[in-house]
Amino acid sequence: MADVNALQVLSPGIQSTVQDLGRHGYGRYGVAPSGALDGFALRIANLLVGNREDEAGLETTLMGLTLQALTDMLVAVTGANLQLRLNGKPLQMWCSHIICKGDVLTFSGAASGFRAYLSVGGGIGVPRIMGSKSTNLPSCFGGLHGRALQKDDILAVADPGENLSLAERCLPPDWIPAYPARWTLRVLWGPQDHHFSAEGRQTFCSHAYMLSPDSDRTGIRLQGPAVHSRTDIAESIISEGVVAGAIQVPGDGQPIIILGETVTGGYRKIATVISADLPLLGQMKPGDAVQFKAILPAEATDALRRQEERIEGFKKSLPG
Amino acid sequence: MRDDKPIFRRMGDRSVLIELGDEISPTVNEKVQRLFFELDRLKIDGVLDLVPGYRSLLVIYHPLVIETEVLKKRIQDACSRLEATRLPEPETVSIPVVYGDRHGPDLQWVAQYHNIAPRQVIDLHCQPLYRVYMIGFTPGFPYLGEVPEALNTPRRETPRTSVPKGSVGIAQRQTGIYPVDSPGGWQIIGWTPVALFNARRHPPSLLQLGDRVRFYEISAEEAGQWQT
Repeated sequence: MADVNALQVLSPGIQSTVQDLGRHGYGRYGVAPSGALDGFALRIANLLVGNREDEAGLETTLMGLTLQALTDMLVAVTGANLQLRLNGKPLQMWCSHIICKGDVLTFSGAASGFRAYLSVGGGIGVPRIMGSKSTNLPSCFGGLHGRALQKDDILAVADPGENLSLAERCLPPDWIPAYPARWTLRVLWGPQDHHFSAEGRQTFCSHAYMLSPDSDRTGIRLQGPAVHSRTDIAESIISEGVVAGAIQVPGDGQPIIILGETVTGGYRKIATVISADLPLLGQMKPGDAVQFKAILPAEATDALRRQEERIEGFKKSLPG
Repeated sequence: MRDDKPIFRRMGDRSVLIELGDEISPTVNEKVQRLFFELDRLKIDGVLDLVPGYRSLLVIYHPLVIETEVLKKRIQDACSRLEATRLPEPETVSIPVVYGDRHGPDLQWVAQYHNIAPRQVIDLHCQPLYRVYMIGFTPGFPYLGEVPEALNTPRRETPRTSVPKGSVGIAQRQTGIYPVDSPGGWQIIGWTPVALFNARRHPPSLLQLGDRVRFYEISAEEAGQWQT
């Protein structure tokens, strides 16, 4: 495999990083998973260009990313509709396309959703660190030089000419997710739901919360009616491991959904978003409203199974 | 002491928290360490990660590869034989620290808070052989305990937005070292030239759960010549 300089960053946009499905198994060293916030979108983008579904692509937020092709290659863009254009003309998302040397891709602004994913046939060529190409932004390692993309960065791709024959693969249109401005997230209670008053739990799942502008890849901050804890329990807990989707409630009662850049925490967690709904966390944008719906563990597993079966079904439908 | 039965708490559909006590103590933390070693050794199919805490272990798994109830049963089995688990000899790591001045901007405040001299703060901090209770917060950050009661100091009222890499801080009876530049609310009394985290090294963290740490004082000049 030969890495070829494939894409030049003309403008990095608001925040663009190299991400795969994350760095797992290093929690004991305090190393968080990182990875694509909308893992579903990245997996599909990879499959559309003939990559393994856990290959690294680009995650870009809201608007502004502009890339120029330095060679011919196969690309697919999934996730948020950021008004993708190829040389100024709209380009269909959720499909693979050949782009040629000199072509310019632009993401001009969000029509729906928050983060788009670009996969290139062959995958983005950055070193794997602890088994993953994902960028760990808070700790500055992984991805391209441990940071978000900057103007004039050049991204390499392994053998970009390999997968060109797979062009025009598309995800069936009825499988393309819709990204509303009002969301319902399914959660399981716990691990510290017993630290909250009955009234606090009731508040949590009967009101809409608004996404605060200071949300980022580390956490989604919500604003709404305060979720009250029991008065006989201390404000913080003894620090413990956490996963993405855990919803912590600090003393001010405003919930924060933890994302994949954290591995331990010392706040109580009232509930945790189910695995099948985690990809949605990558597409919620500041100002959106979110409501929580508590479900049963068996329902969470069923929802995940259905999602995985759908992806498996799509994989089987692909030639080769 | 409450009875020894571990408590299982669900954290979503793909992780379970096992509480092995309800306090910060070497005894409880050693149980965490034993369960961690036992499960790590078993390499259970579907288990993706193990995150030890002060008094709990978080087990992250793929619920379509291993069912929650099956996993719980395996963990319960492991819990029942923890007494027999052999732990590796703890490593003792000595960490040089430049105390005070620009390296430890909160040293004076901590001394005044306890109404003692900065020298006594340094001596007290260097006294214990600390236990690494957990690694977390940022990659390689060791939670060390416990500092002498005479140094029990609250966190800063306003956390700093950026604490430099290598800073040595205290919060209540914990002490720790910031391995990367990060926000932080601990009282910073010193700085070490030793690298706590290196993503390209294996293991990436200098310290591990159960290691022992002792601090000793060096001058800024000695720190300048430090080779890691």
